[in-house]
Amino acid sequence: MSLYVVEVCMSDVVLKATGIQKSFGGVHALKGVDLEIGHAEIHCLAGENGSGKSTLIKIISGVHPPDAGSIEFMGKKLSHLNPAEAIKLGIQVIYQDFSVFPNLTVMENLALNKELMENKKFINYRRAREIAAEAVAKIGFSIDLDERVENLSVADKQLIAISRALLQDAKLIIMDEPTSALTKKEVKSLFSVIKQLQAEGISILFVSHKLDEVFEISDRFTIIRSGELIASGSTKGLDRKKFIYYMTGREFSEEFYSRPPADNKPVLSVRNLTLKGVYSDISFDLYPNEILGITGLLGSGRTELAETLFGILQPDSGTIELKQKKVKIRTVQDAIENGIGYVPEDRLTQGLFLSQAINRNIVVSTLEKISSRIGVLNLPKFNETTEKWIRALSIVATNAALPVKTLSGGNQQKVVLARWLARDLSVLILNCPTMGVDIGAKYDIHALIRKLAAEGLAIILVSDDLPEVLACSSRIIVMREGRFVEEMNASETTEQMLSELTVGIA
Amino acid sequence: MIAANKMFRRTEPYILLAIIALSILIQIQSGQFYSGNNLVDLARSMIVPALFSAGCMMVIISGGIDVSFTAIGSLAMFITDKYLLSINYSGPVIVSYLMSAALGLLMGAINGFFIGILQLPTLVVTLGTASLFTGIMYGAFAASASDVPPAIAAHGKSILFTATNAQTGLSSNMPMQIFILVGVLLLVFFLLRYTMLGRGIYAIGGDENAAERAGFNVKGIKFFLYCFVGALAGITGIVRISMMAYADPSTMLGMELIVIAAVVLGGTRVTGGSGTLIGTLLGVLLMTILSNSLILIGISTYWSRVFTGSVIIIGTAVSAYRTKLKR
Repeated sequence: MSLYVVEVCMSDVVLKATGIQKSFGGVHALKGVDLEIGHAEIHCLAGENGSGKSTLIKIISGVHPPDAGSIEFMGKKLSHLNPAEAIKLGIQVIYQDFSVFPNLTVMENLALNKELMENKKFINYRRAREIAAEAVAKIGFSIDLDERVENLSVADKQLIAISRALLQDAKLIIMDEPTSALTKKEVKSLFSVIKQLQAEGISILFVSHKLDEVFEISDRFTIIRSGELIASGSTKGLDRKKFIYYMTGREFSEEFYSRPPADNKPVLSVRNLTLKGVYSDISFDLYPNEILGITGLLGSGRTELAETLFGILQPDSGTIELKQKKVKIRTVQDAIENGIGYVPEDRLTQGLFLSQAINRNIVVSTLEKISSRIGVLNLPKFNETTEKWIRALSIVATNAALPVKTLSGGNQQKVVLARWLARDLSVLILNCPTMGVDIGAKYDIHALIRKLAAEGLAIILVSDDLPEVLACSSRIIVMREGRFVEEMNASETTEQMLSELTVGIA
Repeated sequence: MIAANKMFRRTEPYILLAIIALSILIQIQSGQFYSGNNLVDLARSMIVPALFSAGCMMVIISGGIDVSFTAIGSLAMFITDKYLLSINYSGPVIVSYLMSAALGLLMGAINGFFIGILQLPTLVVTLGTASLFTGIMYGAFAASASDVPPAIAAHGKSILFTATNAQTGLSSNMPMQIFILVGVLLLVFFLLRYTMLGRGIYAIGGDENAAERAGFNVKGIKFFLYCFVGALAGITGIVRISMMAYADPSTMLGMELIVIAAVVLGGTRVTGGSGTLIGTLLGVLLMTILSNSLILIGISTYWSRVFTGSVIIIGTAVSAYRTKLKR
């Protein structure tokens, strides 16, 4: 692999890592990566899962020692760095889970780390309150210091992690995928906090693979792939296409999905479906070969609608017809018997048995098809079926008997899909199918969704990822505050239009 | 208003209400609950379970569970008792406390080693050591009930005050051992509230990874915790036999379930990270009333076990349900 761009940083360099190498067992996680972060710079580190991003962060913050290479911080060469020392130097990591104590108060969450660093043996609550008040004042954020952190929103937990880092005189704050659990509005206010930190002379290493955010917030970027430095430079010179290419090493083009002209009898007809306080008066038809995109903000009722169609929630009124026959879907079992499949938003907790083998996960809901009448598993049939689906969905796995948790997010999602496809479905409902999935895998999943629809499946794609809805759907319905506000063909709309419709400006 | 809201998010007010309601019921039916001797009797019966529950609560706050403390207490007091009898010990009683505490600490250190240092699951380790210590007591020492050394017997007879019921003529003695309970409770309160070690126990129960990253010595804290609970169990063993003036090796075995139930009933979260001494004491009080005072209104001891069981299920279900509602 060759380097595409490497521009040298112009301002004062805060962190300079050169030729960093690291192996774990036989795996070469980093093969000589450079990273240079300037003073008061917002630097984006991007790369797919397994690219070595987190290893690099851990080396900079002293968790792992590098096998080779050197790290300079504020002009001083660092050797034998450990986490405590990194914090003393002013290198702070804000982890994805924020590393807060849910059971303790805001005050203690803010003060404990500092007290520990100073080797205190006793805790003085008056002093702790002063420390905490000082911390929240730094980013001008007001909160009840006596509230338990578990009662706070994700965004507030993150602000607590940030103000805690500032308490210890941070000079470089590393944020590991800070926006993954935030709403759009919360992302906005996080960005203004980041800008404020920058104005105070603090450098930020922003780890993300979300394109829009990288363009919006960062001054410079570094992209690594498979443990190698691919590109580094000013974000100004970067565009979407290049960014994706650097990240994945592949080029993608997405065309709209247009439904092949086919049978015009709807598979699913929903009339006046209402769940009080959540959504009301929902009516639509879904045809074979169709991908119907349903989009809306968090709380618009999109997820609840999907869960109603799958029997998790019960509507107060309205009717559901499947293939021109009125059906009642009272339980998940009813939905499955009627040929409806559902891939939930949070596949990790709701959709998969993570510690079980890949092949077992694929067949778990179709065991009767590969068992004898008395329920004994037919092993040759089991292997044949699972291999068929692994091939059909090109799931990348070294061994089908390995636990699902060893797979990447994209491949895990394919396992969930395989499980449904192993049944004969007439309707498949997907809820945010590419959330938290790598760009490369995302395109693969999109291609797969289009292929399934082309083969005759009727698909409902629920998502707030507008480019995804546009790229995959043939028809789009926008939901706002529990109602359908607009229905249109995907080819006749734009991201801008959709975005305005979801918030209700248009 | 906000303060009131916060108060009713806690478990303590509810369990206090339950205790008041139950005591009024018993008072109306028997007229005996709020009598001096009954209250002294209750306090006396609470001493041993309350001592155990203080340690048990600390373990549950840290996210663990300990079922071995009664076995530790039994073996520690039994070895101490046998040894002191064999040398015809006649010195002060404090030596028996120190010896039993040291033995308990040693056994706790075994738990601490497997749980803290080797990071094994707490339930599995303590189930194993509970069986191990009980087995050693009955196997290696062929334990059976025996007398206690004179110092312990004398200590058991020292009485703080006596309460007599004028109506029935029954009287109950408040033993000096109540001071040991008060001392232990103060120590545990101080430890949990004002030391970094204590806050570390809460922090580990909240999020062990976060505690590690914040700079808490997680292994060290856990090791200390199990040593401390072991030593506390050793002390409790001597308290028990001194109050009974008789060393019965089986007298405390099985009590662990009641103690854990009292701790959980008192609002300590089974998943760790949250719990108060006040709540735990109220939990112990409720359990003690159920097993001691129901007899005052003519409910047989067998029935009191049914009530105890029901209260445990209802109490833990209510607190689990309230946690769920908060989500």
